[in-house]
Amino acid sequence: MQASNVFFLLMGLATLGFYLGRGRSLALAKDLRGIRDLHSLPNYYGYYTALWCGLPALLLLCIWVVADGSVMTGLVMESLPSAEHPSDSVEYTLLANKISNLSIGVLPSAGQPDFLLDAAQQLRDLIQLSNWIMAVAVLALAMVGLIWGRAAVSANFRARQRVEKVVQYALFASACLAIFTTLGIVLSVLFESLQFFKSVPVADFVLGLDWSPQTAIRADQVGSSGSFGAVPLFAGTLLVSVVAMFIAVPIGLMSAIYLAEYANRSVRAYAKPALEILAGIPTVVYGFFAALTVAPYIRDVGEGWGLSVSSESALAAGAVMGVMIIPFISSLADDVISAVPQAMRDGSLAMGATHSETIRRVVIPAALPGIVAGIMLAVSRAIGETMIVVMASGMAANLTFNPLDSVTTVTVQIVTLLTGDQEFDSPKTLAAFALGLMLFIVTLILNIVALQVVKRFREQYE
Amino acid sequence: MSNSSKNLKKIQDSLVWRYRAEKAFRWCGIIAVTLGLLAVLALFLDIIFKGKGAFSATYMQLEVTYDQQLLDIDNFADQKQLIVADWGALYKSALRAEFSDVRKRADKRKLYALVSNGAGYDLRERLLANPSLLGQSESVWLLADDDIDTYFKGWLDGDPYTARLVDNQVKWLQQLIDTQRMELRFNANFFNRGDSREPEQAGIRGAMIGSVLTLVLTLVLSFPIGIAAAIYLEEFAPKNRWTEFIEVNINNLAAVPSIIFGLLGLAIFINFFHVPRSIPVIGGLVLAVMTLPTIIITSRAAITSVPPSIREAALGMGASRNQMVLHHVLPLALPGMLTGAIIGMARALGETAPLLMIGMVAFIADIPGGFTDPATVLPVQIFLWADSPERAFIEKTSAAIMVLLSFLILMNISAVWLRKRLERRW
Repeated sequence: MQASNVFFLLMGLATLGFYLGRGRSLALAKDLRGIRDLHSLPNYYGYYTALWCGLPALLLLCIWVVADGSVMTGLVMESLPSAEHPSDSVEYTLLANKISNLSIGVLPSAGQPDFLLDAAQQLRDLIQLSNWIMAVAVLALAMVGLIWGRAAVSANFRARQRVEKVVQYALFASACLAIFTTLGIVLSVLFESLQFFKSVPVADFVLGLDWSPQTAIRADQVGSSGSFGAVPLFAGTLLVSVVAMFIAVPIGLMSAIYLAEYANRSVRAYAKPALEILAGIPTVVYGFFAALTVAPYIRDVGEGWGLSVSSESALAAGAVMGVMIIPFISSLADDVISAVPQAMRDGSLAMGATHSETIRRVVIPAALPGIVAGIMLAVSRAIGETMIVVMASGMAANLTFNPLDSVTTVTVQIVTLLTGDQEFDSPKTLAAFALGLMLFIVTLILNIVALQVVKRFREQYE
Repeated sequence: MSNSSKNLKKIQDSLVWRYRAEKAFRWCGIIAVTLGLLAVLALFLDIIFKGKGAFSATYMQLEVTYDQQLLDIDNFADQKQLIVADWGALYKSALRAEFSDVRKRADKRKLYALVSNGAGYDLRERLLANPSLLGQSESVWLLADDDIDTYFKGWLDGDPYTARLVDNQVKWLQQLIDTQRMELRFNANFFNRGDSREPEQAGIRGAMIGSVLTLVLTLVLSFPIGIAAAIYLEEFAPKNRWTEFIEVNINNLAAVPSIIFGLLGLAIFINFFHVPRSIPVIGGLVLAVMTLPTIIITSRAAITSVPPSIREAALGMGASRNQMVLHHVLPLALPGMLTGAIIGMARALGETAPLLMIGMVAFIADIPGGFTDPATVLPVQIFLWADSPERAFIEKTSAAIMVLLSFLILMNISAVWLRKRLERRW
C-alpha cells in the first residue's frame, strides 16, 4: 500500500477516534447530571482520543518513509554476489541508482547482467513487502492508540489540559522551525564549503586574483587548471552594487523626503503605491528588461560617444538593479522620516529656517541612523540579487572597476556552477557553496547590524 | 547705520538665495519621484510593446489533400499505422502543389520551412476528428514558421524583417499575401501548450500549471506553520533568551538572499533527503521555507492589532488561554494574516533564483499532471525563453511576463480588497 493511502486511512481513523472519544464522554455524562459533571467539554475527549490515535502512528509513518529507501538499498547491496561489490562510495551510488532504475522500469532490462536483474527483482519485492509491513504497523499502532485514548476517558479526566499541552508544543515547534531553517542553511553551506577548502586553501580562495572554475577531466587537457581566486567576483559584485546604489540612494531618498515632507495628501496617495509597484515586479522581469532593452541602449549611446561598451556592461545590470531598489530605500526612509517627532520640525521652523533647511539640518540628522540602516539593508539586497545579473551581466571574471566592462558576480557564478546536473564531490560544485557561505556571512552581518540600528532608532523616539 | 539694521539687511539679502535653495531642493524631490514613476512606465510600456505580437500567430491557407497512399493508412483503429504515417508529408505536398515551379532540393527545403514543423500533427488531429476526409482535399489554415511569423507581422507594420529568409521565400510569401491567404489569428497555442523548441509552437500552459502546483504546496506548508509560529511568539512565548533568539532568526531569514534558499534546498532536501529534482514538491518546499518568515512577520502584526480588551473579556468569561486565542483572537486576526499570505504567495510566484538550483530549469514540453511530475514555473520559463537565441522568443517572453504580471497584480488587488473589506478598526 502507498504511504499516501496509509496517511488518508490514518486521518480517517483519527476522525473516528474523535467521535468515539466524544461519544464515550457523552455516554458517561448521561449517567451523571449531564455534561456539566465532566471535567472538560465532550469535544476535548474526542480530540484527546484522536491525538492518541493519530500522532504516534503519524510519527512512525514519517520515520518509515524517510528511512526505508536507504535501508532497502543497503539490504539489496549486501546480497549482491561478492565479486560485484562496489569498491568505493561513488560506485556504490551508481550501482544503487542503476538497480532502482531497473526496478521501476526507467532503465530497460534488456542487455543488463543477470545479477543486476536479480537485485532489481529483489528490490521490487522488498519495496512491496516493506509497504505492507508499514501499512499494518502504522494502522495497528493507530488502533492501539485509539483504544488507549478512549479507555482513558472518564468523568474526572482532565482532557482539556492534555490537549492544550499538545497544542502548545505544536505551536512552539512551529516557531522553532525558523531556527532549524537557519541551522539548515548554515550547515549546508558550511559542510560543503569545508569539503571545498580541503582541496583549495582558504587564502587562495579569498585572496586569489584568477577565477576559472573549469577543472580538467583528462590530465592533458588545455586551459583547465581550475583556479578558484574569488577576488574578481567580489570586485564585480561590488561594482554592480555601487552602480545600483548610485541610482537608488539619491532617487529613493529624495522621493521619500518629497513624499513625506512636501507632497500633499492626494499626490502621496497615488505616487507612493505607484513607486511601490517597482518592489512587486519579479526580478526575472528586471533581468529581461536589463538584458534586452537597457544594455543595448547603453551600448548604442556609448558608441555614439566613441566609447567601447560591453553589451553585458556592469552599468546596465547595476542601473536596473538600482531601479529595483528605489522603493526599498524610499519606503524605509519614509518610515524613519515620519518617525522624527513633529516638535523638532516645529522648533526649527520657529527659529526661521526654511523648510528645506529644516529637513537638511534637523530631520535628516535625526533620521540618519535609520536611513543608514535602510541603505545597508538595500546593499545586502543588491549583493544577493541574482536574476538581474544572471541575465544581464557576463560570465567572464574580469578584475576591473570600469562600469562599461563586463563583470561577473558571486551570485552569477553560484547559478552557473550549480545549474544542470552535477556531482557533489568536484571542487567546481563545492566552490558554489563556498561562494554561498561568503554571501551568507556578508548579508548576515549587514542585516544584523542594520536591524539593531533600526531597533535602537525606534526606541529613541518612542 | 546701526548694528541691528545691518544684520537685518544681511538676512534680507541672504533670503534670496535661501529661497532659491528651497525651491531647488523641492524640485530635486519632484524630479526624483518623476524619475521613479518614469521607470515604472518605461518598464511596462517596453514589455507591452515587445509582447503584444505574441497573442496572435500567422497562419497560411493551403489546399491539403489527405492522400491515402502518401500516409499509408487504411485502418484508423490501428495505432501503429497512425504513428508510422508521415504526417509532415501532407503539408509538404500541399506546398509543392501550390508552388509547382520549385524543383531543386535546396529550394524545396526552404519551401517546407515556411510552415511550422508541427503542422503535420495539427493535420493528424483534423483527420482523426473527421476520418471521412481521407482521400479528400480541403483548404486549411496552417500555422506558419516563427521566421515567417516575424516577417509577416513586420510586413503588416510596413517594416518586414527579412534577415532570416532567402529571396525565394520572400517571393513565395508575397504570392500568398497577394492572394490574401496569410492572416493573423488569435494565438491559442500560447495558452494551451507546453514549452517547445519551436517558438511558434511554444506555450505557457505547462509553466502555469507548474506554478499553480508549486504555489498550492507552498501555501499549504507555510500558512499553517507561519500562523502557529506567530501565535506562539505573540501569545504564549515567555520573555527569555530563547524567544529572542527565535525572533532574531526570523528577522534575519526574511532578509537572506533568495538564492541561499536554493542552496539549502539542494544540500538538504535533494542531497540529504533524496527528494527528486525538478518536481513541484521540491519547489514548494523551498519556496515555503523562503516565505515562512514573511508570513510569520505579517501574522504577528495582525495579532498585535487585536485589542487586549478582547483577550481580557474572553479570559474573564472563563476561557482558557488556548480557547481565548483560538476562538477570539485568531478569527479577528485572520483577515490580516490572509493579506500577508497573499503577498507572500505573490513573492513566491515571482521567485526564480532558488528554483534554478533545484533543477526546475529543465526543458519540459509536457504539461505536468501532478505534484511529482517534472515541471517548471512561469518565471523560470521566462528566464529560459529570454536565454533562447530565436528572435521570435522575445515576444513570447514579453507576453509571458505580461501574464505573470497580471497574476501578480490580481493577487495584490485581492489583498488590498480583502484588507479594505474585512479589516476592522478598533
